[in-house]
Amino acid sequence: MTTTPLRTSTTTDHLDLLESHAIFILREVVAECERPVLLFSGGKDSAVLLHLAVKAFAPQQLPFPVMHIDTGQNFPEVIAFRDATVARVGARLVVAKVQDTIDQGKVQDPGVMGSRNRLQTVTLLDALNDNNFDAAFGGARRDEDKARAKERILSFRDTFGQWDPKKQRPELWQIYQGKVNPGESVRAFPLSDWTELDVWQYIEREQMPLPDIYFAHERDVVERDGMYLAVGPFVEPRADETVEHLTVRFRTVGDANCTGAVLSRAATLDAIIEEVALANVSERGATRADDKFSETAMEDRKREGYF
Amino acid sequence: MQLATKDLLRLATIGSVDDGKSTLIGRILVDTRQLFDDQLDAVAEASEKRGVGDLDLSFVTDGLRAEREQGITIDVAYRYATSPTRKFIIADCPGHVQYTGNMATGASTADLALVVLDVASGLKEQTRRHLCIAALLGVRSIIVAVNKMDAVDWSKLAFDRVVDEIQALARDLDFTSVSIIPVSALLGDNVVEPSSHFPWYEGPTVLEALENSEAGAWEHTTTRGARLPIQWVLRQPGGGRTYAGMVNGDTFHVGDRVTLLPANIETTITAINFGGEEIADATVGLAADLALANETNAGRGDLIATAPLPSVVNELKTTICWFGEKPLVIGQRLKMKHTSKVTPVRVKTINGVIDIEKLDIDESTSLTTNDIGLATLQTADLLVVDDYRANRVTGSFVLIDEATNATVAAGMVGHASFL
Repeated sequence: MTTTPLRTSTTTDHLDLLESHAIFILREVVAECERPVLLFSGGKDSAVLLHLAVKAFAPQQLPFPVMHIDTGQNFPEVIAFRDATVARVGARLVVAKVQDTIDQGKVQDPGVMGSRNRLQTVTLLDALNDNNFDAAFGGARRDEDKARAKERILSFRDTFGQWDPKKQRPELWQIYQGKVNPGESVRAFPLSDWTELDVWQYIEREQMPLPDIYFAHERDVVERDGMYLAVGPFVEPRADETVEHLTVRFRTVGDANCTGAVLSRAATLDAIIEEVALANVSERGATRADDKFSETAMEDRKREGYF
Repeated sequence: MQLATKDLLRLATIGSVDDGKSTLIGRILVDTRQLFDDQLDAVAEASEKRGVGDLDLSFVTDGLRAEREQGITIDVAYRYATSPTRKFIIADCPGHVQYTGNMATGASTADLALVVLDVASGLKEQTRRHLCIAALLGVRSIIVAVNKMDAVDWSKLAFDRVVDEIQALARDLDFTSVSIIPVSALLGDNVVEPSSHFPWYEGPTVLEALENSEAGAWEHTTTRGARLPIQWVLRQPGGGRTYAGMVNGDTFHVGDRVTLLPANIETTITAINFGGEEIADATVGLAADLALANETNAGRGDLIATAPLPSVVNELKTTICWFGEKPLVIGQRLKMKHTSKVTPVRVKTINGVIDIEKLDIDESTSLTTNDIGLATLQTADLLVVDDYRANRVTGSFVLIDEATNATVAAGMVGHASFL
């Protein structure tokens, strides 16, 4: 018996419902699939996902490894957070590098400044294949994008990793059916029903650590395509651009050269929650160049096997 | 700032193609300012590109390339909205008959169905089919938006004619709460803002009706037995084991007498944990793990229950929504997933197919795509079940094609009372 005071559980708060639902999905996929893996980038959504996975299997160790698809164009703060978090929860980390895919001649090198965003799909599919992973957990949420809004919690992928939005499995009640034939796989999205605000409220409630770049800080930036990009190894100011020193934070964390910062003075979780609640622009709209290629950029990438 | 709501309402839109489901959801999201500026701009840009006016509201949820090209909804879109009092999870379902499986996906978790129909055409066969499926799935509350009132000059006569039809069907299908509202999703009348076009209507707008409807109906059941289908066995430090799963039916408390099924072993709950921490009780919807007094060899697929206990069976009468491309026939072998258990099943008999128009059972020895029928199934392993009307978790299952692993049917234990 324990000496700690007993907390009377309640599921009336919607965060509790979302949390338990996500834990249920994590356990169900681990039970049904042979070799699951959790995709962990060090961003806020995958951090919440890993936190939930630890809860789902406590007091045991995580029954699966975590994997980072490393484009080589990361924010250093995020890589430091990734390594510290993985060490803290005692998970095994698999790193699959886009650079290796380039070196193998499977994709064209876009150059130091070029975006590797689309290339990472090839690296991801190779890594899933090489490790025989038949299920991959991702932190994607349906409120992020109109194509994601259409995707099942368990998203069936063929032997090429492709999502076919016209042939999704019916997914009734909370019966998650992850049976696949060899070579096929599922992507599982336990945070499907969470919104950006839910994620921040949950991080605040659980007092989770996050990379510093989510909080307001001063930084050199250039304005490009309507976004503020952080000046650094992957973003050099062009001749017609002026470097500004501004107080910003990152609302999402992707590659350093396609993730924009937002002007913000929100330096605490409470301030961020207030800012997110009042935002006029969506998080991906404000900060992600990778979604601005075309009207259906996310759907097109998912069809190719993207997260 | 108080943002965390005490309430979460899950709703699904149902109804026939082109009656305006996606437009209504788009209208609700736009008029309650749930959309971000860039999302609204993207909808306006897509509308212009396809020559469908300034702002085609259906593009808010019809996000796939094919949907926008064809002007239809193919699969469920999930959208999220918050009001000062609650969070909404909205499943915008497709209307076409060939996407009935997708519609059932959206409706299976709904507390409430938002039915959209065109006032000029009334209750089409597809709307009746959707209402029938929603009723079978256990949805008890419906809000009916009688749409396109602008196209009939806001006519009370046209509205009243449809109301009579809906009320008759709602009675037949045993819905307990029915609101019928005249609207124009296109122009926004009676959706979020009240309208001056309906001096003869005194009821709520669609948004008011949504805010006042009962949330959490999905979790409510009529039996009071608690159930925990075991998903996973957790090893505790020191050698003990706990059994993890999501609670349904009723609350488990430390000290409760419980029965492990199908083994039929009586024991006591000695501890309840959540996320590695001890708690005193576990309510419906909590993903908890339980420690039991007796050493058992319980595992995934077994069930822990309090009285009244569920039934242990290897043959069961079921209601089936068949989505397979080829017909379901007597003698056919499939796999069934029921709670956390997967078992081979065989179709013993097919006891008829539902006539959507008359709500009668017609004789049939097979079910074709999108038929709803009655079938008796034999299972290879013992199953622990409740009637679906008593418990949606232990009373539901899916059928899986053995070769492709595709989900080919949604099934419910027992038969609805209106059949």
